[in-house]
Amino acid sequence: MNKKQKKMLARILAAAALVVLLRMIPSTGVLRFALYMAPYLIVGYDILLDAIKGVRNRQVFDENFLMAVATIGAIALGDYVEGVAVMLFYQIGELFQSYAVGKSRRSISDLMDIRPDYANLERDGALERVDPDEVAIGSVIVVKPGEKVPIDGVILEGAATLNTSALTGESLPRDVVCGDEVVSGCIDMSGVLRIRTTKEFGESTVSKILDLVENSSSKKSRSEAFISRFARVYTPAVCFSALALAVLPPLVRLMMGLSPLWGDWVYRALTFLVISCPCALVISIPLSFFAGLGGASNAGVLIKGSNYLEALAGTKLVVFDKTGTLTCGVFEVIGVHHNTMPRERVIEYAALAESYSTHPISRSLREAYGREIDAGRVSEVQEVSGGGVTAIIDGVRVAVGNDKLMRQQGISFVPCGHEGTIVHVAVDGAYAGHILISDKPKPNAKQAVARLADSGVRRIVMLTGDAEKAARHVARELGIGEAYSELLPGDKVSKVEELLAQKGPKEKLAFVGDGINDAPVLSRADIGIAMGALGSDAAIEAADVVLMDDDPLKIVKAIRIARRCMRIVYENIVFAIGIKVICLILGALGIANMWVAIFADVGVMVLAVLNAIRALFVKKL
Amino acid sequence: MKKTYKIEVDCANCANKMEQTAQKTEGVKRAVVNFMALKMIVEFEEGADPKAVMQQVKTNCKRIDDDFEIEL
Repeated sequence: MNKKQKKMLARILAAAALVVLLRMIPSTGVLRFALYMAPYLIVGYDILLDAIKGVRNRQVFDENFLMAVATIGAIALGDYVEGVAVMLFYQIGELFQSYAVGKSRRSISDLMDIRPDYANLERDGALERVDPDEVAIGSVIVVKPGEKVPIDGVILEGAATLNTSALTGESLPRDVVCGDEVVSGCIDMSGVLRIRTTKEFGESTVSKILDLVENSSSKKSRSEAFISRFARVYTPAVCFSALALAVLPPLVRLMMGLSPLWGDWVYRALTFLVISCPCALVISIPLSFFAGLGGASNAGVLIKGSNYLEALAGTKLVVFDKTGTLTCGVFEVIGVHHNTMPRERVIEYAALAESYSTHPISRSLREAYGREIDAGRVSEVQEVSGGGVTAIIDGVRVAVGNDKLMRQQGISFVPCGHEGTIVHVAVDGAYAGHILISDKPKPNAKQAVARLADSGVRRIVMLTGDAEKAARHVARELGIGEAYSELLPGDKVSKVEELLAQKGPKEKLAFVGDGINDAPVLSRADIGIAMGALGSDAAIEAADVVLMDDDPLKIVKAIRIARRCMRIVYENIVFAIGIKVICLILGALGIANMWVAIFADVGVMVLAVLNAIRALFVKKL
Repeated sequence: MKKTYKIEVDCANCANKMEQTAQKTEGVKRAVVNFMALKMIVEFEEGADPKAVMQQVKTNCKRIDDDFEIEL
């Protein structure tokens, strides 16, 4: 609790104690009034002042005004205890919500606490602690265990285990060694690192992310806009209804020749005022979104505004880009076929022959081989452009390459029926088999697609610039029904526009890309989701939702977080308005007294705030 | 030009009110209050003097809500 809250608590306790005491002292008339004014003013003076100020500034109809009128009215009618109680409970409710909000704000900002406070700059061989802003590109900084990496850079010396959970929500630590790039915001868990910075602090990942998070409430959702419009119309409407309730029925009764019962109707009008206070709505709805956005960013899902959270909840179509989104975007050996010698031997020959090449295909061969390449075994390497290589390995002539190379070498080969890149291997003039290399689907991609379908996404589409056969293969493997291939970047935009035209008016289309060259599509879709944003500024700029790591399951998580947040918002709207309407009717009929009114106001607010805070907890989604 | 200021408000609704008030102040092109980070991000009109504009924003906001605080 902060100072303000502590002071409030003291006022509430003092006033409550006084009321209890006064109940035991019998008193009448002016003395009774004077005695009860003490707790009333102790607990409510600021509300009264704010109400007066509101009237003076022509901001008449707010909660303060409602409370001031209701309590003064109750006191005027002689219901001292109730007047004080309304004020007391109103303040308890306010204190509670301010405490709850502060608490949840802190828990979010603690988890998003990635801003580095300093950098250890190496200058003339000595370390100096400086503001990260002052470090120029190309400087050498040192990060010690327990410290945050302050600026993006490349490791010059040292190895460490980095905790990236504040950035990605991923709890598995990442090992880095000399030569690796490191992103700012990670926490060094072991080992001293010397890093050459590659960016200024302002351009570093951590700054970009903080910028995004800080700007995230800039776009309001329709529900929020609805509530603030609602509150603007609602409060004056309620005040006038209360006035009508106080004046009209007695007048009608007078005309009918009955006794007007002024006190009764004024009391009902005051009850009406207390019930109608819109606090529960105007506080809990923005709070739900705030908690939802905060919870999402803890899970490594950055959402740029509550309107996108709302749109994400209504996602019915998900369009995926293939490479880098559903697949890893790196090549990998996935099989050896028609081999006349053991699989390992085929890969060994291929890896040795290709050992001098830096092509991604060669790299994947070396990775599949998995052992140190003994360059001494390889000689007379000859590159056949557009075909492959020939070399002498262990004294035997080996040819490694595509169909063209095999034909050129006069070796009969077996063509491959599978999709991917084929590397034939011939040893000593005889065919030894071929290696199939392909971009591999991400481990969680299939599960992600299945879960999306389970959670109500009606249509899942894959777009790719790759050949049709490859696209079909991946789509089949992942269980995606619709795939469009051989698309140029421009074609992707028109395809998404086509899909947008086909969907229902309330359905939302989300496009998921890696943010590298699909910025136009990201911005065209209802919701653009960029994956693996660590280190990619373009993605952070173009997308509406940024996933900090590249796990496709995060998409499902993002949608679930959004859905639950929206459900909480609707629950609160229905619950708060529902209870209030019921109590208003009961109040107008004279069934509900001031105590029911206090529950309808403060009780509903407390429950709505507690419900709103639930949006913060997203771990299990 | 865009600047970020640290603020203090009591509730999410007050944050919305402050946002509207700042938005209506002359010289402010767009104002956003982030209740989570307790920050006000103000985009100024061409040629407006941020210092003078922010003084006005502060006065206007204080008029609506006494508890509003801003670090200028």
